[in-house]
Amino acid sequence: MIFDVEMETLPREELEALQLKRLQALAERVYANVGFYRQKFDERGIKPSDIRSLADLKLLPFTEKQDLRNHYPFGLFAVPKENVVRIHASSGTTGKSTVVGYTHRDVRNWARLMARCFVASGASAKDIIHNAYGYGLFTGGLGAHYGAEELGATIVPVSGGGTKRQVMLLKDFGPTVLCSTPSYALVLHEAAQEAGFSFKNLDLRIGIFGAEPWTEEMRRDIEDKMGITAIDIYGLSEIMGPGVGIECHNAQNGLHIMEDHFLVEIIDPETGEVLPPGEQGELVITTLTKEAQPLIRYRTRDITILNKVPCRCGRTTARVHRMMGRSDDMLIIRGVNVFPSQIESILLETEGLAPHYLLVVKREGNLDTLEIQVEVDEKLFSDEIKVLQRIESKIVKNIKEYLGVTAMVKLVEPRSIQRSEGKAKRILDLRKQN
Amino acid sequence: MKVEQISIFLENRAGRLEEVTRILAENKISIRALSLADTSDFGILRLIVSDHEKAKKALKENGFTVGRTSVVAVEVDDQPGGLNAILQILSSGGVNVEYMYAFVQQSSKTAIIVFRFDKTDQAIELLGQKGLKIIPGDTLYNL
Repeated sequence: MIFDVEMETLPREELEALQLKRLQALAERVYANVGFYRQKFDERGIKPSDIRSLADLKLLPFTEKQDLRNHYPFGLFAVPKENVVRIHASSGTTGKSTVVGYTHRDVRNWARLMARCFVASGASAKDIIHNAYGYGLFTGGLGAHYGAEELGATIVPVSGGGTKRQVMLLKDFGPTVLCSTPSYALVLHEAAQEAGFSFKNLDLRIGIFGAEPWTEEMRRDIEDKMGITAIDIYGLSEIMGPGVGIECHNAQNGLHIMEDHFLVEIIDPETGEVLPPGEQGELVITTLTKEAQPLIRYRTRDITILNKVPCRCGRTTARVHRMMGRSDDMLIIRGVNVFPSQIESILLETEGLAPHYLLVVKREGNLDTLEIQVEVDEKLFSDEIKVLQRIESKIVKNIKEYLGVTAMVKLVEPRSIQRSEGKAKRILDLRKQN
Repeated sequence: MKVEQISIFLENRAGRLEEVTRILAENKISIRALSLADTSDFGILRLIVSDHEKAKKALKENGFTVGRTSVVAVEVDDQPGGLNAILQILSSGGVNVEYMYAFVQQSSKTAIIVFRFDKTDQAIELLGQKGLKIIPGDTLYNL
């Protein structure tokens, strides 16, 4: 099923005509209302009227996270403050938090896009949605909430935390859809097992997982363990929140981007050059319809691949490969680029290891060292030292083979790696200290 | 004729072993035999205890990874050549010893050797044929 058949199946020519019209209006709007953009346009000698085709997008400047921080909190608003009906903000763990405002129409568009996402995931108005994304300044909770209501489904606004209670509600309310981070879904699954029942006996059939990078292997692991269809969703607070893109349940192959609202490009993160479909690079998004805080060519830092081949689900929108890492999460170990997601794939391929792991990077002398701490569960454990050592050396060997990096593997006790109710923390980079 | 042994994964850090023995003590479980195998960053503690079900449950509840293995306990005379006689039987039968540990009985006349074999059933048969005394689990748990 498709929620907005007209917009989600527009022939590419019509879609591009619509995008151009919206891009031109956007350029006019930001030039007239946002000092930051007017200055950037003027510096480059560009007028909004210079945008005559979609190809002219590359004339426009990039927007970086730092630009949002520099104009904290409301400096990039394009409408008077009284027209802003809601404000969200990032947690600010990597610096000053980034703030985003929404007009009434922005909130309404967002809800409709999230409703599209639910339908793409295989959900309908008949579903009960257990929403374990955090409510508050974080966009996940409220984003999914309004989308579910727009669709007419039943939403259970649990928010994050209180794992034992969540497990009770999963059992008692019989939700059919779970929204959470993939790592928190595993925490819930673990807690359910401790409480003596299996996810497979619940009514759950769909999991909509996002807000952190995960892998195809982790998807299979989740689907096997929980007996559900696991769907990847993408979004970011600077652009809107969840619902910028989602996989369809028909193909589970790439995230459909809501292209009537978001114009996407892939660039080389080093040079800023635009790359053709099929090449891996950083995702850049231009918000075509946002009123309160439109962004031009926002550098997401997420690494992916663009695919414009229409999907067998019937949607004509471009898809992006599941996020392969972040250009700023990328570890450089002795000159080699390593994404945590690559390590995770190798761990899951090696022994079907539980995806609780931590990458510890240190500098000893002038050399970087990578230690991978992996939790030992009962499935993995053996009473023979040599069996455990064989697993360690197999991981080391596979990492060397696939990534060209020499890592140390340290088996650790279950639950010794900190659990998170939001985004999992996979990296401890001790090089940045002292 | 097999004996149930529990094994526990331990990170090499201060206090972990003490925690295991404390949990066992609190649950009034006696240790009959033990062996600790270690590497630079982890260890495996193998235990034969008075009540392995209860021990396993208590340790798991406290977050330890616990495994269970069937081992074979053989009684030998505590004199030169005692162990060698057993190993000869096994080696000529093509059975490999994965690991072993031993303790001397209170009487000091016999020792008990705990073996983990690659082919457990075959080893029991071989040893039985040669008239060696294999100690059943129930006897060992209640020593």
